[in-house]
Amino acid sequence: MNIYQSMKMALKSIVGNKVRSFLTMLGIIIGVSSVITLVSVGQGTTSSITEQLQGLGTDLLTVNIMGRGATTSLSYDEVMEINDLPGVKAVSPVISGNATVKQGTVNDSYSIEGITPAYEDVKDFHVQSGRYLLDIDNEYRMKVALIGSEVAADFFGSSNPVGETLQMNGVSFKIVGLLETLGTSATGSNDDKILIPISTAERFLQSRGIRSITVQADTTDLVKSTQERLEAWLDGKFLSADNSYTIFNAQEMMDTLNSTTQMLSLALGGIAGISLLVGGIGIMNIMLVSVSERTREIGVRKAIGAKKRDILLQFIIESTTLSGFGGILGIALGYGASALIANVSTLNTEVSMSIVVISFSFSLFIGIAFGVIPANQAAKLRPIYALRTD
Amino acid sequence: MTITARLQQPLIQVENLGHGYWMAGEMVPVLRNISLNIYHGEFVAIIGPSGSGKTTLMNMLGCLDIANEGSYRLDGLDIRKLSDNKLAQIRNEKIGFIFQQYNLLPKLSAFENVELPLIYRNMAHKERKRAAENSLRMVGLADRMHNRPSALSGGQQQRVAIARAIAGDPPMLLADEPTGALDSKTGAEVMIKMQELNQLGHTIIIITHDLTIAEQAKRIIRIMDGEIVEDRGSGI
Repeated sequence: MNIYQSMKMALKSIVGNKVRSFLTMLGIIIGVSSVITLVSVGQGTTSSITEQLQGLGTDLLTVNIMGRGATTSLSYDEVMEINDLPGVKAVSPVISGNATVKQGTVNDSYSIEGITPAYEDVKDFHVQSGRYLLDIDNEYRMKVALIGSEVAADFFGSSNPVGETLQMNGVSFKIVGLLETLGTSATGSNDDKILIPISTAERFLQSRGIRSITVQADTTDLVKSTQERLEAWLDGKFLSADNSYTIFNAQEMMDTLNSTTQMLSLALGGIAGISLLVGGIGIMNIMLVSVSERTREIGVRKAIGAKKRDILLQFIIESTTLSGFGGILGIALGYGASALIANVSTLNTEVSMSIVVISFSFSLFIGIAFGVIPANQAAKLRPIYALRTD
Repeated sequence: MTITARLQQPLIQVENLGHGYWMAGEMVPVLRNISLNIYHGEFVAIIGPSGSGKTTLMNMLGCLDIANEGSYRLDGLDIRKLSDNKLAQIRNEKIGFIFQQYNLLPKLSAFENVELPLIYRNMAHKERKRAAENSLRMVGLADRMHNRPSALSGGQQQRVAIARAIAGDPPMLLADEPTGALDSKTGAEVMIKMQELNQLGHTIIIITHDLTIAEQAKRIIRIMDGEIVEDRGSGI
């Protein structure tokens, strides 16, 4: 008997027992769909975290200065020395603080950052109208400001704020540029900031020295070596004192988070994989029941000339078809479920083709592996015994 | 061997066949010293009360089981030397079974049931269809071909079983109480069908305990306590 006939027979017997076949497949359906759904949630989370961290810039090193003893900061000129370190493309020192901002009847507190023109390229944060801060603004401690799009909306609604003035802690600042809308990154919203020249900020925020520096490396690959050089330079400045500075490396952070979320994906997938295995045992169970239930049928088949191989093939194909169909339905359900999760929750989901292929082939494999025992039992039945059974 | 020479050879050649089952450490003999020859075209009834060993003998003759002692040649082949797969092939090609309980597969239609032995024989689709339809026509069920067994009467089901037995044109039909589950009228119809098949040249062996059925055969072999006690009439 050829494979085609075996398949036809297996299909007939599956269709002849619709409810049971469906219930048998249910284990595989749930297994495959949960593998796909859970892994898609894991991968979706990974990629959204990656995206957020990439927004911070993977070629950037963020230095925070705690200092040593009475020296709790670096001067502007000292910071500019970093520019001379090999591998450094740009240095963007930042002085930050808060100020009460007033214009007309609106009055609220905003975060203020004192910056240099290097900030624009380092943070990849440009103006949508007006101009950026210039070196000359810093040189003359100009009272000019760039405002974020949310700040603009708060004070000026939809009209153009460029050229208007804002009262910050009672001091008038002229708005020279409106920043583009960047949205939220891992460090919070970028759109409710006000940027002013760093030299102005030093006085305005009464903050001597610089405690926060963003250093851009020449390339992402050079971040590591640049970080080492920067550490050496900072150690020289602070005489290797403990906790005198921290350097945050977005790439490093990303690697850590990635390995965490990958572990999460693996754990979720593993649990779902166990349910797939349980589904396979369900198939084996039903097939075993089916063999003892169909002993007489097997006997008749053998009496009229079925060979061991024919019976073996029929039962294995039956279990494989059950698990294969279950796998296909599971894939469909998995796609549906991850789309639903993405729709109704804040989680991102990403169905990967490789997981679909892996879980489907695993379900097929389970059908074959767990079909072997019952099929073998059926094939081994002696015809006279099988015919005598009712 | 020419075909005539082969036809003159006995289809079944049993010599000193003996068989028993082990039960609680003791050998319980079921068949003893059975020797018989059955030739092509015979119509034989094997009769005996229940427990006489006739079903065991049928299992031996039908290659469903192998005897402990003695030899059995079917159509010139020594059955004792064959593997399970080879036995399956012999059952498929040389023997048509007709059971008391019909033993049709309930999920398959009459046609599919009849077709089944031909599928196991690897017959091509077209040829198979023709053979199955022919044999269903022969038992007068051409119009019920696509009914499942559950939609057929007992007599019709037994006729489907006969159609299945003859579909592959085996030299021997082996019937175990073929009328046992039927009322006397349909039973008689089935027996008439068997007579017709015998006239068409099929060798028929009926196992029964019913004397009125046995009387319709040309040769009667009586078994008692595992031994042949009577062998009368000529099968041809």
